[in-house]
Amino acid sequence: MADQSVARAAATRETRRLRRILTPEGVELEVELADAGERAGAFLIDIIAMTVAIIALVLLGILVLWQAEVTLGGNHLAGWLIAFGILLIFAIRTFYFSWFELRWTGATPGKRLLGLRVIDRQGGPLTGQAVVARNLTREIEFFLPATLIIAGPALLPAEQFVRLSMLVWLGILVLMPLFNRDRLRIGDMIGGTWVIVAPKAKLLSDLGNEDNHRWRRAIAGDASAARFTFTPQQLDIYGAYELQALEALLRRNDTATAATRGEVAQRIVNRIGWQGNVKPQEVDDFLNSFYLAQRRRLEGQMLFGKRRKDKHDRGDS
Amino acid sequence: MTPRDRQEPSFAAAPAASTTGSRPTSPSTRTGSAAGLKSTQFRREREPNWRELEQMLDRLDKHGAVTLSSAELTRLPILYRATLSSLSVARNISLDRNLIDYLESLAARAYFRVYGPKSSLAAVLGDFFWHVLPQAIRQLRWHITLAGFLLILGALCGYWLTSANEDWFYSLTDPSMMGGRNPTASTEALRQSLYDPLPGAKEWLAIFGSSLFYHNAKIALACFGLGFAFGIPTFLLSLGNGLTLGAFIALFASRGLGIDALGWLAIHGTTELFAVTVASGAGFALAEALLFPGRLSRLDNLARRGRLAGIVAVGAVLMLLVAGALEGLGRQLILDTDTRFAIGGTALCFWLLYFTLAGRRGARQQDMDETYG
Repeated sequence: MADQSVARAAATRETRRLRRILTPEGVELEVELADAGERAGAFLIDIIAMTVAIIALVLLGILVLWQAEVTLGGNHLAGWLIAFGILLIFAIRTFYFSWFELRWTGATPGKRLLGLRVIDRQGGPLTGQAVVARNLTREIEFFLPATLIIAGPALLPAEQFVRLSMLVWLGILVLMPLFNRDRLRIGDMIGGTWVIVAPKAKLLSDLGNEDNHRWRRAIAGDASAARFTFTPQQLDIYGAYELQALEALLRRNDTATAATRGEVAQRIVNRIGWQGNVKPQEVDDFLNSFYLAQRRRLEGQMLFGKRRKDKHDRGDS
Repeated sequence: MTPRDRQEPSFAAAPAASTTGSRPTSPSTRTGSAAGLKSTQFRREREPNWRELEQMLDRLDKHGAVTLSSAELTRLPILYRATLSSLSVARNISLDRNLIDYLESLAARAYFRVYGPKSSLAAVLGDFFWHVLPQAIRQLRWHITLAGFLLILGALCGYWLTSANEDWFYSLTDPSMMGGRNPTASTEALRQSLYDPLPGAKEWLAIFGSSLFYHNAKIALACFGLGFAFGIPTFLLSLGNGLTLGAFIALFASRGLGIDALGWLAIHGTTELFAVTVASGAGFALAEALLFPGRLSRLDNLARRGRLAGIVAVGAVLMLLVAGALEGLGRQLILDTDTRFAIGGTALCFWLLYFTLAGRRGARQQDMDETYG
């Protein structure tokens, strides 16, 4: 029971994060929004990457400076180099995100590592302007207030009150994604973008293909085909939901789920009133046969426009 | 018995003695042995295309667009549309969850590629500078004109007041910014402040330039941001900047250094004051959006105008970057008043020409309204 309620809670959390986009071709695609933790993680990785790049540049600059002073003498270069360095750091800070998101179709190194991606909210093409706009706002969303807080009194010789309000401002902006259902930053609102989890489903073997089942039976040492048969009445009890739950169980075909499979087989036998025995070593065989027959039945009815969602579906909705 | 068999519960009532008996010979359709499923057949026919697309996408993800030949790049959108169509069909004929998930995921991945950002960063920035920024500035020309008018009005008042009575100088300027330039200073000291570079300036003026930029950027962003307070602070700041300016010039003019002071100011001031004016204009645009929302709600109108004003404010900050460079480098290195006027005048002409003429053709107005408006 506890397991079920946990699973149901997880399922609602999932659906709350699912959104549909309509491609220009008119086909709806389902996307899953990234959660705030993943977003923060990606941002952290990117910040670390930027810091490493900047530190490397500073070290390089110091090296060049040192070399130049040794060879040329005097410190004419120092000012120029420092000014150049400041501009370079400014450029990295401003364009790091935009550059990567434009080159890597909506992903920075941090997003890529965590499997995230930026897309257009309307399902249209992700424009360059949207990418730049969503990233330039980071300047007021994060960098400016962060600088003021870290550099504090040196840059902003203000009273405690002003710095406190800066902190509140930073807090509101940084936590903005937590305050709306779509996990939007200010930049996402302006750019009209979503950050989603990059899809990566793999195509597994076709359980509906009987060759796969014969192969399995051969492994189990029994080559007789279709030993388990079901009447249409027996196949009208379950719906697509149960079929796909069975599919998930069959795909996790390992010893850990063996007990569950036996239990499920028994439940099916009882529910549909199947006459006969299923011996322990026949469980997989039985479930595969039932899956195949059930899928054939339901898919056949789908061709006539009848969809049975689950076992409670009376077809009147 | 295999180990797996042992783990399975023995739930059948009958003993597992025979593998052939105890089975109902169902009179109904022997569903298991009919021809293959429609959805399986469908998958068999289409799968090579999906696999091809998947491999192409894997390569793109790993190595970027360079690894694909032009023939493959042409094929990508075709395979993408074929996959979308497969997905539509699969949703209608197949109950294989994994298949539908896979197609959904594959179609989405291809969709990100096909409709991903096409432009490079350089192209986006080029478009911003050539079309978006000048067009935004032109849209706010009257707001910027108002800010400029206030600045000039303030300058005239400041000049007039300080000329009449030098004590006004102290009320109109911030002593910490003036560095000892006040009515008690000798004429020679004032002249020096215009022409002598700061001690050690030549090495450090580059840094000086970037720190000046931060100072000015703060002022400009205040002028812009305070537009949210119905523009009243922006109004006062514009007027106040003008008053300080007027008082400053009046002080130098009283010692016969008026032209020199103007030259000193002009080299970077045309850019810097223009930038502050532009930022104030953006602030007034925000104020207008709040005060006169028109048909939209105040918040909607603010969001609409806010983007436009934001673009203009970004433009102002970039101008200040230029002004910082001119101030840090030019003013300390170029000591001739005529040259100073020439540089300042050139900069002013450049900005005016850029804002009035750039990006008039190219019809990006529509895009801009959609993206930013």
